[in-house]
Amino acid sequence: MSTVILLFLTGLGLAALYFLIASGLSLVFGLAGVLNFAHGLFLSVGAYATWWAAPRWGLALAVVFGIAAGAATGALVEVVLIRPLYRRHTEQVLVTVGLSLAGVALLQSVWGADPRTYPRPSWASSVTSIGSAQVPVDRFLLIGTAVAVLLALLAFLHKTRYGLIIRAGVENRDMVSALGIDVRRAFTLVFTIGGALAGTAGVLGGFYFGSVSPGQGASLLIFAFIVVVIGGLGSVTGSAVAAVVVGLLQQFVNYYGAAGAGDVSVVVLLALVLLLRPSGLARTAATV
Amino acid sequence: MILRVKDLSVRLGGSHILQGVTFDVPPSGVTALLGRNGVGKTTTLRAVLGEVPAVGTVEFGGEPVLGRPTHRLVRSGLGYVPEDRCVFAGLTVAENLRLAVRDPDPDYETVHDLFPELRARAGQRAGTLSGGQQQMVALARVLLNRNRLLLVDEPTKGLAPAVVSAVASVLARVAEKVPILLVEQNLAVVRRLALGAVVLSAGRVAWTGAAGELLGDAGRTRTLLGVGRAA
Repeated sequence: MSTVILLFLTGLGLAALYFLIASGLSLVFGLAGVLNFAHGLFLSVGAYATWWAAPRWGLALAVVFGIAAGAATGALVEVVLIRPLYRRHTEQVLVTVGLSLAGVALLQSVWGADPRTYPRPSWASSVTSIGSAQVPVDRFLLIGTAVAVLLALLAFLHKTRYGLIIRAGVENRDMVSALGIDVRRAFTLVFTIGGALAGTAGVLGGFYFGSVSPGQGASLLIFAFIVVVIGGLGSVTGSAVAAVVVGLLQQFVNYYGAAGAGDVSVVVLLALVLLLRPSGLARTAATV
Repeated sequence: MILRVKDLSVRLGGSHILQGVTFDVPPSGVTALLGRNGVGKTTTLRAVLGEVPAVGTVEFGGEPVLGRPTHRLVRSGLGYVPEDRCVFAGLTVAENLRLAVRDPDPDYETVHDLFPELRARAGQRAGTLSGGQQQMVALARVLLNRNRLLLVDEPTKGLAPAVVSAVASVLARVAEKVPILLVEQNLAVVRRLALGAVVLSAGRVAWTGAAGELLGDAGRTRTLLGVGRAA
């Protein structure tokens, strides 16, 4: 029983990471139609910024700096690289893939390819008893943060004017423009939010794995893309549900199955969803 | 003239859809933009609105506007009611209307006067409304703001006859205050509403003049629009 509890909470922790990456990715694709392969770079920037700043400014300030760095990177990429290429999807893909590769190479050239030990608060390194299981406390930090982000995102999307614009834009961005709204501002906003969430995932990923490496963002991005597709493009709630399903499935199959079977099971799940429910769990972006 | 379109050309996906379209829209009443399916009526509206790349000249209120971003053109007083309504299905009726508000004092009074049903259905998702109700939302979105011209694309398409009549009545009332460039296949509605008419054929203007003159001539109507005398 203790193993099941531990696997369950570890799976939810992983799901929290996937959700933080996927929710931004999903909004960016849903609203702006951009398949952003550079999203993993936002995560890496956030993770490395915190890792760099922690010994200088203390961990709390470093975390804020890391999230801000992720957000700033997202905004900068949208304004400088993506904005001139809207509706030119092939070029967008090439630019974001290129940026992702260049970003990893840049991080490697500056800080090396080896994983670096990640700073984390002492309490996050401890374990706590849940039933008969000894569970690392950082799992609860990840889960709590993801739940808080989900609630904050839903409040933003449903209670604010910009949230309304984003929800409408996910359905039909041309019609939003035809109502006299500069939808490109919303594009920048979702890139910034996506960057901040990816930066948060970078920091929490550092806590979760205990280290940071240049390729961390790219490897998490693959599963985040799967979460986005399973959850339904443009749906934050769908991403949350899909992240939980993927995280738990991966953890349990990896433990009880052969090595690597967890990753395979996630791909099988993706294939099943594409066959049986191609628009994802949310069906329509209306459920943002 | 509130709108002047001169030598408007649009190429999309290798097709030369508009080939030098030229016409004017007067500052009052309804001007019908007519033609058979696929001649470029909707493309003309979308080109005026800046939604598709176009060359030529478009003057709105005396200012050249071609190439101006759609949202800026709309904010200068050009309201658009698209074909197939394009309401936001996942948003409620109230949210659809709130999204459209750009004036500091939106005219909810007129909207609720014309469409009392929308007040009762404010909390209902627009995607669950009937076609007629969705058309009310689409029209209401432009009526909330002060506009200098409305572009209305096939507002009666797919609606039941009773609803068509109701929509036509609303457009007649709206046209008392703001000019309308109306794309419409239902010639009975055109006869009822339009003063002027512009007929497109194969991406060019084939005829312009009074709507009554066009619809009163069965042979010309058949030749230009492919249908018999209007009801």
